[in-house]
Amino acid sequence: MITRVLSYTAVGLLISAIASSVAFAQDTPRGNAADGKKLFETIGCFECHGYAGQGGGAGPKLIDPPAYPAFIVQLRTPRNVMPPFTAKVLTDQQAADIYAYISTFPEPPDPKTIPLLQN
Amino acid sequence: MGLASTTKVVAAETPARSVPAKPQTAGDYNPPQEAQPLVNSGKVGGDFMVDCLKSLNIDYVASTPGSTFRGLQESIINYGMNSKPEFITTIHEEASVAMAHGYAKIAGKPMATMVHGVVGLQHSSMAIYNCFCDQAPAIVMAGNVGNGTQRRPGVEWAHSAHDQGIIVRDYVKWDDQANNLQDFAEGLVRAYDLATTTPMGPVMVVIDADQQEEVIEPGRKLFIPKLHQRTQPVADPGALAEAARLLVAAENPVIVSGRYTRTENGPKHLVQLAEALQAPVVDERNRMNMPSRHPLNHTERGGAMMRQADVVLALEPMDLYGTLNNVDDLIGRPSKPKIQPGTKVIVIGTTDLNIKPNMGEYERYQAADIGIAGDAENSLPWLIQAIEKEMTPARKSVAMARGQKLKAAGAKFLQAADTQAAMGWDASPISTARISAEVWNQIRNEDWTMASEVNFLSNWPYRLWSMEKHYHSMGGSTGGGVGYNAPAALGAALANKEHGRITVALNGDGDLMMSPGVLWTAAHHRIPILYIVHNNRAWHQEYMHVQRMAERNQRGIDRAWIGTTIRDPYLDFATLAKSMGVYSQGPIDHPADVGPAIQRAIAVVKRGEPALIDIVSQPR
Ligand code: HEC
Repeated sequence: MITRVLSYTAVGLLISAIASSVAFAQDTPRGNAADGKKLFETIGCFECHGYAGQGGGAGPKLIDPPAYPAFIVQLRTPRNVMPPFTAKVLTDQQAADIYAYISTFPEPPDPKTIPLLQN
Repeated sequence: MGLASTTKVVAAETPARSVPAKPQTAGDYNPPQEAQPLVNSGKVGGDFMVDCLKSLNIDYVASTPGSTFRGLQESIINYGMNSKPEFITTIHEEASVAMAHGYAKIAGKPMATMVHGVVGLQHSSMAIYNCFCDQAPAIVMAGNVGNGTQRRPGVEWAHSAHDQGIIVRDYVKWDDQANNLQDFAEGLVRAYDLATTTPMGPVMVVIDADQQEEVIEPGRKLFIPKLHQRTQPVADPGALAEAARLLVAAENPVIVSGRYTRTENGPKHLVQLAEALQAPVVDERNRMNMPSRHPLNHTERGGAMMRQADVVLALEPMDLYGTLNNVDDLIGRPSKPKIQPGTKVIVIGTTDLNIKPNMGEYERYQAADIGIAGDAENSLPWLIQAIEKEMTPARKSVAMARGQKLKAAGAKFLQAADTQAAMGWDASPISTARISAEVWNQIRNEDWTMASEVNFLSNWPYRLWSMEKHYHSMGGSTGGGVGYNAPAALGAALANKEHGRITVALNGDGDLMMSPGVLWTAAHHRIPILYIVHNNRAWHQEYMHVQRMAERNQRGIDRAWIGTTIRDPYLDFATLAKSMGVYSQGPIDHPADVGPAIQRAIAVVKRGEPALIDIVSQPR
């Protein structure tokens, strides 16, 4: 019994490894950044990560997001206290749209160039 | 003697009515049987109450007027000539007490409030609860028409009670309903004494209308007791010596500061302690404890510090369980300790010495290895002395090596804060980091207080500003009753007035709307304060909570804005402020406009007036 459970887990791991590598091989799935923006600003991402993905007390920055496989894992099964966005409420395509949008967040200016941040 | 015969005797003595049963004219109503005095001469009870307030050096009484204390109000303005105490007019009783809350944390002494019998007390009860949770002293005086036979029909009955204390007894340190003026004097002085002895807290005394309005006959012997000059409780020397042994022998001691600072000694002694041990301080920021840029202030990596600690010293922690454990907001509320098994825990404080049975503000029970009852700020010099006695050259060199490492790690905090602050620097809505940096830029060379709880601004002021003095910040409401910030900041500004200090309130939109009338109070009394409205157009904490429920229940995730946002229409705080006579600007949604707006507003504040800037801001 225990072995069977273990082997299911092993199969699961294998599948997710294949899935990640497929995603990786195909690079990031094609998403629509404009649709992603709408989603980002209505289904909660902005609440914790900020409209500019700048992060803050309720969530980390999304500027320079993790690679898509890590992104989708975080979305579906967050590693800590972020609420999970399951496929039932957010399709893979929608996730890809959001990813396309957050990938457009510009690099922040170098703080050395901001006079107010020369503490 | 039976009841019937008593009634009979009284009936027999009642003179026959001299007027028709049906009054014919107004003058026929209850014609006086003997000349009633129409005016008083000499001293009245309210005057004596003013003497009592003066004896306690109370500078202000914040109040929304109410007839149950008309006598004392008239005495304050005519007998006391509206000076020490001065009547501060508020537009809601909750604001009166919240002002007292903020005032006490900056002035280091309580002010008083007067609230209308029953109704005013109930309005003020939320702010009293915040004071209780935050252990801040406040003197609440509630009017009452105690004698039923003296009440006019109607509201005077609705504004009176047999036992007003019961309304707030769950969250005041003490309450009193005096039977006569002498009783009142002793009650008020006792109330003050209790309120200002740690653990501090609010007190409520009833001011009876008859007592306020009665004439004090010449020759009546009334006296005001002298205030008992108490020291704050100090920790047991034996326990401090044991704590010192543990701390000096520790490889990785960590100091956690909660509601620790009361006076200017707070930050000074905490720095001495941290330096004697070369130990990091993790500041829970319930008061202005550890200078924000001291190399041993490691609040920025508090989690890592706690994980590697072998001894934790907690000074007045608000919630020791929460200091030592995380409880995640996930299904099942899983908890995990922040410290390693075997870590020794020492607590110095008075926090849980005044708990009441009902409200759970006392938090979950958590044991310590050495629990030391005593006011931490007053006990610290003795702990430092015990540590110096315990320190050997060998332990000193271990401590110095540790200190060097901490200093190197600490040097990176500011840089990391700047890097993170740069993210979203030019965004609209405007980032809370940008707002904080812009304000800091304009007050850094002034004398100032940051009078708000800023966790809703991702704590940026703590990360970007150099906070050193005991009045640079003051923690939050603790009770979490929204509507604290705006009036408490105004109370702080009232305390700062005589010092010419600039008070800045980074105020949430939802909070300000709970008591917008404080803007009028600020304008009316010319209290200099800069309100920066962090206008994220939502009760954003709740927005996130409802969002979390939506994701959890998987039935739709795009409607969490319902009931959590303040849109359609947007609030226009600049117009609101203007309507109450307060200089204002906004809504500002271009980041480049923030700096110049603050500059203009600071000029107004420096003239001694309030100013408000409405900034359309990022959620956090
Ligand atoms: C209630 C707050 C909250 C909401 C809503 C939220 N997040 Fe998060 N997010 C977090 C937190 C907190 C983390 C840190 C990891 C954790 O707790 O799981 C995180 C982590 C992430 C990460 C990983 C970042 C990294 O550098 O590792 C990504 C990507 C992410 N979130 C994307 C999203 C997206 C996309 C949405 C909307 C669909 C979203 N989040 C909604 C709070 C939130």
